Amino acid sequence: MSHVLSLLVEDKPGLLTRVAGLFARRGFNIESLAVGPTEISGLSRITVVVDVEDLPLEQVTKQLNKLINVIKIVELDPGQSVQREHMLIKVRADNTTRSQILEAVNLFRAKVVDVTSDALVIEVTGDTAKTQALLRVLEPYGIRELAQSGLLAMGRGAKSITERVPVAKS
Amino acid sequence: MPATPAPATPKHATETDAPEMLTGAEAVVRTLELLGVTDVFGLPGGAILPVYDPLMDTSKIRHILVRHEQGAGHAAEGYATAGAKVGVAIATSGPGATNLVTAIADAHMDSVPLLAITGQVFSTLMGTDAFQEADIVGITMPITKHSFLVKDAAEIPATLAAAYHIASTGRPGPVLVDITKDAQQNTAPFVWPPKIDLPGYRPVTKAHGKQIVAAAQLIAEAKKPVLYVGGGIIRSQSSRELVALAEATGAPVVTTLMARGAFPDSHPQHLGMPGMHGTVPAVLALQEADLLVSLGARFDDRVTGKAAMFAPRAKVVHVDIDPAEISKIRTADVPIVGDLKDVLVDLLAAFQDAKGTTPPDYSAWWSYLEGLRSEFPLGYTRTSDGLLSPQHVIQRIGELSGPESVYAAGVGQHQMWAAQFIKYERPNSWLNSGGAGTMGYAVPAAMGAKVAEPQRTVWAIDGDGCFQMTNQELATCVINNIPIKVAIINNSSLGMVRQWQTLFYNGRYSNTDLNTGHQTMRVPDFVKLAEAYGCLGIRVEREDQVDAAIELALETNDRPVVIDFVVSADAMVWPMVPQGVSNSYIQYARDHSPSWDDDLSETGRDDESPLPTVTGGNE
Repeated sequence: MSHVLSLLVEDKPGLLTRVAGLFARRGFNIESLAVGPTEISGLSRITVVVDVEDLPLEQVTKQLNKLINVIKIVELDPGQSVQREHMLIKVRADNTTRSQILEAVNLFRAKVVDVTSDALVIEVTGDTAKTQALLRVLEPYGIRELAQSGLLAMGRGAKSITERVPVAKS
Repeated sequence: MPATPAPATPKHATETDAPEMLTGAEAVVRTLELLGVTDVFGLPGGAILPVYDPLMDTSKIRHILVRHEQGAGHAAEGYATAGAKVGVAIATSGPGATNLVTAIADAHMDSVPLLAITGQVFSTLMGTDAFQEADIVGITMPITKHSFLVKDAAEIPATLAAAYHIASTGRPGPVLVDITKDAQQNTAPFVWPPKIDLPGYRPVTKAHGKQIVAAAQLIAEAKKPVLYVGGGIIRSQSSRELVALAEATGAPVVTTLMARGAFPDSHPQHLGMPGMHGTVPAVLALQEADLLVSLGARFDDRVTGKAAMFAPRAKVVHVDIDPAEISKIRTADVPIVGDLKDVLVDLLAAFQDAKGTTPPDYSAWWSYLEGLRSEFPLGYTRTSDGLLSPQHVIQRIGELSGPESVYAAGVGQHQMWAAQFIKYERPNSWLNSGGAGTMGYAVPAAMGAKVAEPQRTVWAIDGDGCFQMTNQELATCVINNIPIKVAIINNSSLGMVRQWQTLFYNGRYSNTDLNTGHQTMRVPDFVKLAEAYGCLGIRVEREDQVDAAIELALETNDRPVVIDFVVSADAMVWPMVPQGVSNSYIQYARDHSPSWDDDLSETGRDDESPLPTVTGGNE
């Protein structure tokens, strides 16, 4: 079963290696990974999607918590959080197919970001179900290239993952 | 490790307005002094050379020059374990640092507070495959509690103080600080005490009150409890608190390999060591228990045997300072995260409340266990080839040296016999490589222990295989006046591997013969080797020589002593639970298992079923 973990971490050299290495050596498979800065300088946020059962998940979380540079870990329940991924899709498009593709792009509220005579680059944002659905629609036209971000996720409501985080502001 | 007040502010810390300017190297030495470090083990090289210069001038720190960095690492471990403080090892970059790796891994497995300081090539050369460059932070990432790379001289005091703090608090462990040569050479203001900023490191020490009450309730209600004691009791220095809880409850106690000495062997409630080579009463007490109170233990596979069949009817109270240990192998009914030193006090108070006026009645449980104890005492059969029985040798070393001595073992048969046949009465008297199983641990660890506790007799109980991995540190011992005593239990083979070949590979002895013993070429001749190092070398081949040799060793304190005990290669470690099966299949001796009225291996019996009766031997 897939679980979405949000890690608040200190932005230190080698941090990503520590996190990724822990998953690898304890035998847990990372499905997706997204890393970036947060609103607090010096802190980064890692969103990891991991495919494990509940009990091993508890072990993953505890082991991650032991990493000195990991400050906080939250599991984001799909019902209680916003989850988005970002995708760039290069699809074959000529004069006979372009209009059909554009129709699909509009239906999915995606965007065309590059046009040439024989291809389109489409940008789409959404949850995994939506991006996968668009991919299935585009597949018959010929997908030339695909670039995809890791899943980003955030809890719904006013609460913040950085609340009550003991960070010395320098 | 107790809550060592990490970067304490020593009284003599300078408090001038303008901080003193120091080179990074001077800052390393000054920081170690201010942290209270008095002994370090190391070996210099190009990338750590700057640190060695001010090290020559300090009167507060004794640097012991080892002959191999692995020796520095194990010596620091032995120092930390015997002395209950942080051990420090120093090495240069590249191969110097990688030579520390085994000791770091060992410290990681056994939660030893170890500070490893390594030199790194100039920061401008990093990543260019420079001479003696190795990414030691990357290499040690999976085997350290944490690691730091320092490229800026100004960061040295805070980083070393943070590393020391992390190593010694919470669940102790090894921390590596890799310092580039330019950071050592550059100058920066020395600020003390430094600001330590570790927002992600907050070990829980005080346990949840509700869980304590729940645990006390389970103990009060149990019919067949066992206190399953691990190395955490030793690291948290809570032996006294453990004895208080054990005596208040009256529950039986078992001490794991890492916990030998945590509870006195002479105590009537002590059933001995559990696990693959544990005593029959200890192993079967855990198997038959209705409650395990795990105190700083981690359900290691060498203790549980096949984990799914371990203690099948027991509820589990699991106390550990590391939350990740709880429910890792066995789901805990009552998880308690905290420092044992506090938890045990709280648990005792809660138990007194829970039991009310009627203390729990464990008499049926005890009469069963006493039956096991008298039926299956720890023992051994004399060898039939006329050579010494290794168990006898080890037992006599323990009896003649006493519980105030320190015993460091290597890994293998001699380690198990030393865990079984020496009687431990106090924590920190037994040192061994439990989790990692590092051959070669004993000699350098004993050396470190002797530096930490110079007034104590320190024995390395070693095997002929182990001894040949790190005996070069005898040079360090002789030159630095560290008079350890080494007992080589010389069975002329890699004994434990040979035992498995005897039992599981039809006696096909593939590559386990070392030719160091009786009727062999004796390469090397351990007595000559000892003498070459300037040690007293003694060879013992007959039982009537054993005591005299040990007594001579105990009297000789002007140099290290090496005794070559030429023992039988056929002696085996018993009892034994074969790997990968239920602990109920424990064998008391070869083909000699306790037999049961009903099949112990099935787990379906309910809690109320009577205890199996035990008869000796297999009929």
